[in-house]
Amino acid sequence: MDLKKRVEQCLGPNNFVVAMIECQGDLSVEVPKRSVVDVMRLLRDTSGLGFDFLSDLLGVDNLDLNKPKKKPKKKTEEGEGAETEEEPKDKGPVSPRYEVVYLLLCLERNERLQVKVRVEESDMEVDTLTPVWKAADWPEREVFDMFGIRFKGHPNLKRLLMWDDFPAYPLRKDYPLEGQGEERHLNYDD
Amino acid sequence: MNQNPTPQTSHDTGDYVTVNIGPSHPAMHGTLRVIALTDGESLIKVDPEIGYLHRGVEKLGESLTYHQFIPITDRLNYCSAIPNNVSYEMAVEKLMGVEVPEKAQLIRVIMMELARIADHQVCIGILGVDLGAFTPFFYLIIQREEIYEIFEWFNGARLTNTFGRIGGVDADLPDDFEQRWEELKPGVRKANDETEKLLTHNRIWMDRTIGISAFSAEDALNWGFTGPCLRACGVKRDLRIDEPYCMYDKFKFEVPVGKNGDVFDRYIVRMIEMEESIKIIDQAYKRYKEMPADAPLMARVPKVIKPPAGEVYSALESPNGELGFFVKSDGSAKPYRIRIRPPCYMIYQAFPELVEGELIADLVACLSSLNVIAGELDR
Repeated sequence: MDLKKRVEQCLGPNNFVVAMIECQGDLSVEVPKRSVVDVMRLLRDTSGLGFDFLSDLLGVDNLDLNKPKKKPKKKTEEGEGAETEEEPKDKGPVSPRYEVVYLLLCLERNERLQVKVRVEESDMEVDTLTPVWKAADWPEREVFDMFGIRFKGHPNLKRLLMWDDFPAYPLRKDYPLEGQGEERHLNYDD
Repeated sequence: MNQNPTPQTSHDTGDYVTVNIGPSHPAMHGTLRVIALTDGESLIKVDPEIGYLHRGVEKLGESLTYHQFIPITDRLNYCSAIPNNVSYEMAVEKLMGVEVPEKAQLIRVIMMELARIADHQVCIGILGVDLGAFTPFFYLIIQREEIYEIFEWFNGARLTNTFGRIGGVDADLPDDFEQRWEELKPGVRKANDETEKLLTHNRIWMDRTIGISAFSAEDALNWGFTGPCLRACGVKRDLRIDEPYCMYDKFKFEVPVGKNGDVFDRYIVRMIEMEESIKIIDQAYKRYKEMPADAPLMARVPKVIKPPAGEVYSALESPNGELGFFVKSDGSAKPYRIRIRPPCYMIYQAFPELVEGELIADLVACLSSLNVIAGELDR
């Protein structure tokens, strides 16, 4: 049985599957945010799936995804121009804005699965995965560092790459590439 | 950063001393910092701090085109840039659904295995230096220079190779590669032999490495270990065999595994892997010679690369372990999101568990044996 069916069979009865997407052979399954830890435990412990290795964990900011793309100016204003401007309106801004993607691996069968959780801007908290895999420790800290998504129950949720009182979240799409002139002030008195 | 970690034992706190090691310290490989709570010579609590070499590579990738990002990947694991380049190219090729011509794959294999040898030579050389064995370093580094000569002669750069293009490689192997390789091979083997004679059965070396920072297979998998550090724990996992790419399934080679997951096993695994890499290069070059001279080196890819919208993850076995790229495209000429999964990032996060209870001197040994490269750790 192919992976898609097996995942569906395992997660389906609990209504854990929101969507399933396949891209060039990579299967990704979107699950509800509140049950992410249960999903991971199921995926790890169900025989026939056995995703026992957390390969990586990352955040994605979808803010620019439906932004109107710049069209070449060759086209005339009539007809064509009006159409391209209306297009993004239909789609509207991406909601929820953030995604957390978990890359799982089954060591026995060498199968990979992406598990995706969508995170609303109003509720930027996801349950931590550190009780299931210790490997989630630093990646979760990095997602917090770069996107500001908090992981509930993480034992040491501090910034990882930027310094502790860095005021912004650099991998967000609305953060400029050249930075905002932040400076680190070292306090030697402590 | 917590400057005064709370002691975990009931021992009188007055006896503990907080020692700051790094980030500017020769044993800390450039930019790593460890804040250690010590009781005499033994480590009670260890707190690694990273980010001193953070350059925002992932953010930078979002503003460059797909081809412009290849030189940036050189700066990840700067001891072996070629696997980084190839790993990124493979991810974009997967996203585009491009099949790379066989000849290009063989050139990639040859160059990646040369890079693996060079990377292991540096790792073992530095491990020796950090433990006070200075001589093997010279034997190995001389040979590494010879490998870098080959890289330089192939595309003009020693460290930052910018090897290959999306869809294949840009240049064929030069005509006298065989002669160069046949000259290099005995030198690499001799250097390895002499290193082995100096180190493996050396009483001091054994005392300093055997049983130091031993790790069980379950712990290693739980922490996301890959590569030589995982194999040293006894797990036979190598992406070259388990998820073959670049025709690795056509070559015959052994995957060495250790038993205890200690510093000594990591060293031995790397030593054997170098010999296996030599075998792979021989086989790959034999296949390469059988290919017609005018076989294509590039797949048909457009000049401006615009992969269809989607997201893929692709990984290969870099000298340090699983090096993966997660690339998300929105259909434009620039990647929407690039995430790099560096192998030593996952390994280094287990550092407190690896060294707590050991001596300060063993912290240095453990760090070297993990082959933590700040470039890919901090990105």
